[in-house]
Amino acid sequence: MPVTHITNQFPQHDCGGDVLAVNDLHFSYPDGHVALNGVSLKLCEGDKVALVGPNGAGKSTLMLHLNGILGGRGEVEVAGMRLMRDNLPAIRAMVGLVFQNPDDQLFSPTVFEDVAFGPLHMGLSEAEVRSRVDAALEAVRMTTYRDRLSHHLSVGEKKRIAIATVLSMKPSLLVLDEPSAGLDPRARRTLINLLRELPITMLVSTHDMKMVQDLFPRTVVMDEGRVVADGPTADILKNEELLTAHGLEKP
Amino acid sequence: MLYSPIPMHIPDGFLSLIVSILCWGVTAGVVGLAISKTNKSLGEKQIPLMGVMAAFIFAAQMINFPVAGGTSGHLLGGALAAIVLGPWAGMLVMTAVIVVQALLFQDGGLLVMGANILNMGLATAAVGYGLYRSTFNQSRTVKLAAAGFAAWLSVMTGALLTALQLWLSGTSDLQIVIPAMLGVHALIGFGEALITVSALAFILQTRPDLLGEGSESARGSRIWVGVGGFIALAVVLFSPLASSDPDGLNRVAMDLGFIDTAQSGAGPLAGYTVPFLASASASKIAAGVIGVLVVGVIVILIGRGIKAGPQS
Amino acid sequence: MHFDAFDRYHERESFLHHLDPRVKVVIAILFIVSNALLPDGAWDAFLFAWAFVLIANVVSKLGVGYTFKRSIIALPFALVAITVLFSIPGKPVFSLQFLMWNFTVTDMGLLRFVSILIRSWLSVQMAILLVSVTRFPDLIHALEHLRVPAVLTTIIAFLYRYLFVLTDEVFRLLRAREARSAAAAGSRSGGGVAWRARVAGNMAGQLFLRSYERSDRIYNAMVARGYVGHLYTLNPHEMKSSDYYVSALAVALIFITQMLGRF
Repeated sequence: MPVTHITNQFPQHDCGGDVLAVNDLHFSYPDGHVALNGVSLKLCEGDKVALVGPNGAGKSTLMLHLNGILGGRGEVEVAGMRLMRDNLPAIRAMVGLVFQNPDDQLFSPTVFEDVAFGPLHMGLSEAEVRSRVDAALEAVRMTTYRDRLSHHLSVGEKKRIAIATVLSMKPSLLVLDEPSAGLDPRARRTLINLLRELPITMLVSTHDMKMVQDLFPRTVVMDEGRVVADGPTADILKNEELLTAHGLEKP
Repeated sequence: MLYSPIPMHIPDGFLSLIVSILCWGVTAGVVGLAISKTNKSLGEKQIPLMGVMAAFIFAAQMINFPVAGGTSGHLLGGALAAIVLGPWAGMLVMTAVIVVQALLFQDGGLLVMGANILNMGLATAAVGYGLYRSTFNQSRTVKLAAAGFAAWLSVMTGALLTALQLWLSGTSDLQIVIPAMLGVHALIGFGEALITVSALAFILQTRPDLLGEGSESARGSRIWVGVGGFIALAVVLFSPLASSDPDGLNRVAMDLGFIDTAQSGAGPLAGYTVPFLASASASKIAAGVIGVLVVGVIVILIGRGIKAGPQS
Repeated sequence: MHFDAFDRYHERESFLHHLDPRVKVVIAILFIVSNALLPDGAWDAFLFAWAFVLIANVVSKLGVGYTFKRSIIALPFALVAITVLFSIPGKPVFSLQFLMWNFTVTDMGLLRFVSILIRSWLSVQMAILLVSVTRFPDLIHALEHLRVPAVLTTIIAFLYRYLFVLTDEVFRLLRAREARSAAAAGSRSGGGVAWRARVAGNMAGQLFLRSYERSDRIYNAMVARGYVGHLYTLNPHEMKSSDYYVSALAVALIFITQMLGRF
């Protein structure tokens, strides 16, 4: 199998990959569609990275690999641990994956039950679960929503609770799929401020280039199942040729 | 009207305690069996699937279509649930739907919930799945026709059981409640059949894998064909018998201690006959069978019409 | 669509709202069983049971007539019991001439008919009160504690969570159908019943596929948070001494109802 090399105008981001290291990941869906075609990516402690690219570029597929929901050919290492069947529970506790649609993420009747789901399934004690729920809700500024019913929340509130549902697992990496999609300007602003304040490594897939510019020092561009660019956000946003080639717009 | 209930949910007060408890017994047994079967055969994916499917059935019951004169047809869903999810999962899904309707909307009582689950959830799923399963290797048209017929008969089965429970509780007269319930539900069942067939046709067209080989739908045992066929036959044979010989059934019910002599229909109406139900029971059984066949043929024709019709 | 159209729960700061949900479920069921056990024409007992409901209404701070106003729901079903008016032997009260039949209402028939309606009406009120003072998730917890199998309570929890999401989708579909149901002047819109049923069926099919795909995404979200096929829940309810007192009081009142009905 010949290794396909990416044509990259930017030097591959140079860090050890102590939080996440993806190496030459390939994945095809059962219908034959090739979603990932040799993706490599490294994230280090404290990185806040935007993942951009057109629909169908493989962003969501890549995210599903990061905690083993999908398993393609190649290597995924989280905090130095190679992702395998028997360490899946540990990896899932370290990678907090938040899906795009909060109605899929929040599947319990009440906010409390949803935020407690992760810690409970990690096998923590009741007292620990409760303190983690409180801490997670505090982190997203939603403490008073603890006993609310999920279907009573607005989209913006649901998005923040959705983030709390993985924060309660104390992950070392937060992976968000389209967090600002479908939000009105105020809810979007609140969410961006929240993401800025969270002291945690994060990889965020988005079409919201304005948010990319405001929030993320580093940007990874994906198209057709591979990483086509990876570097400082300012440099990438300056490169109009690159943006146009991959269906992106300058903010 | 946001939520239009199906006229089969029995409220509390209309069934006697003994009938309610007996129905709870049967329901608990079958639901218990369904739980152990689904635990064994279905993966962990099945919990969210059944949960969302229950919400689907609930929401699909709100899709109505105008029939005539201000009435509208809509779905009960027992047959559809069993056909797309397999019989056991279908039963659990319908059970959850009926529980939530009773608890959240008082659509159906609590003490009589066992009876309501039995009538609208378990019996409909068993009949619906059994008849559909018998056509597993057949063409699409035959499958759809069978599904339509199964859906119609599932509603009739539920209606018959409801009528019998009301009668055993001394709430209704046998010779009135059976023709009345079956008459009304023969029409309601028609709407059920139409929606079920169209929904399945849509699924077969867009995601045939969900109903094909290896799907949950195909995994149900062949025994279901026997179960469904048996219940169907029982409905077809029993309904005319019950309306032609109510005295005999009343005697049985009295001997079993369900109703006392005071309510045994010896009153002023005892001698009356519904015009077309007056003949001997043998001819009525024949009429029942013919009626069922006619409906089957109509459903097949409609099935073809739907298939041949323009796809929008 | 507004969720309040579905959920009958009414937020109040009342004693009944704070009662353990298990206690409320058990009392409601005992009350309904007691109604079913009362003989026909047990007027004292019916009255006593209604007083029980009224007092519960007041204690719940929902207002005396709260459940009464919402209890009409079971009335249409009374139609099935109408035959007992004529079929039970007794003294004729009055007669009706209808086509070729002559219906005679008997006193015993009337007694039974009215008794059935009262039993039903009291039971419905209690069920309404139960969901008005208990949040549905707490009701689900109560069922868990009362040994309802976890598979079933979990399906019910999912159903409750997603019925709002999916009925929203249904209303969007219905609105889209209405928006496109145009008709030329003078002619009716759309085709015959079969055509209309097919449109409805297509909607149901579409909703099914969307729901099916949603269940996949939900499964992923569960797996991502450590779900491996077994569900864990916390036990959020503990019986307080007041819960025991209320249970004892309610059982005593129900017992008195039975005594009144029988002697």
